[in-house]
Amino acid sequence: MSDSPVIAHGRLETASDEHPSYQRHHFESVEQQADTTNFAMWLFLLTEVMFFGGLFTAYLILRNWYYPAFVEGSHQLNIFWGTANTSVLITSSFTMAMGVWCAETRRKNALVLCLVLTFVLGLVFLGIKGIEYHEKWVKHHVPGLNYSAESFLNPASDHEVYAEYHDKPLMPDMAAKTELYFFLYFAMTGMHALHMIIGIGILAFMIFRARAGAYTNGHVTFVENFGLYWHFVDIIWIFLFPLLYLISRHQ
Amino acid sequence: MSEHSTHEATHETHEHEQEHEHEHHIVSPTIYVIVAASLLTLTATTVAASYVEMYVFNVVVALAIAVVKAVLVVLFFMHAKYSTKLTKLTIISGIFLLFGLIGMTLTDYMTRAWGQW
Repeated sequence: MSDSPVIAHGRLETASDEHPSYQRHHFESVEQQADTTNFAMWLFLLTEVMFFGGLFTAYLILRNWYYPAFVEGSHQLNIFWGTANTSVLITSSFTMAMGVWCAETRRKNALVLCLVLTFVLGLVFLGIKGIEYHEKWVKHHVPGLNYSAESFLNPASDHEVYAEYHDKPLMPDMAAKTELYFFLYFAMTGMHALHMIIGIGILAFMIFRARAGAYTNGHVTFVENFGLYWHFVDIIWIFLFPLLYLISRHQ
Repeated sequence: MSEHSTHEATHETHEHEQEHEHEHHIVSPTIYVIVAASLLTLTATTVAASYVEMYVFNVVVALAIAVVKAVLVVLFFMHAKYSTKLTKLTIISGIFLLFGLIGMTLTDYMTRAWGQW
């Protein structure tokens, strides 16, 4: 019985068909399994698009409503750190992409190196974000916890920012709306950072597994799909950076 | 006889795979290097552009560059260019849905309380 041919979907198969151990038996082939997993990963990323889409929509509407507050709030962000972080994240996406290539071409040591580099660059990104968050705390720009609109009621009191932008004082009701800008700043970059933290955790797990030879035996699905997640997080930042840091330099 | 039928079976299997499945495409490091270099160049461009007074076009230019960067990441880093039709359709419908939802939210806000906050 076990050697008798079985016709399934027009394909001649025998029960003794050889297939790699990582192929689940409900898939016809490794390729079908990979395509299905890839599709599932993209569906998950679409739910993430919808989730961040809500935040971007809120930013779009509130920035239009309280335009002066959002412009002056944005002037508090440090373009140097923002640019540095964008470069760090793009480089980490590159090392991750190279990691996928190493897994596909079965280079174990190179894969571990790529994953470690991605891990380290992820930590550098969070470190820079930490420097920026700390600056917000020191300047009382953390909504809800430690907030003062003084920088916007009296811009000249904030020497560094005033020297660059010469912002005009806002009326008290508009100055109060700057708290909304910082709320969205922390919500959006915070959610992004949370995704980075989760990604860094998974990277640590993957480094541990890759050292034992996982992912370089032909079964690259996990590395590839994690790559999709990491690049997606990169794309979110690609939009956050101009929206939060760059577009409000000129009124 | 038995050898002949085995050969035929392999041939059929191969055809079947071409029809329904898609071979795993390995993107070369050269492409990754080019894409990464382009992304870093575009980052420098968008920062430089933000220092130039262009009125409404500051936002337009910044978002256009961000879209180009995102497309590069999706096509090459995320292998969308080499993926199945199903995956491509998923990505496109996702973008369509996002714009649909943003658009419908905006019609609501803009026809009700716009200018009255």
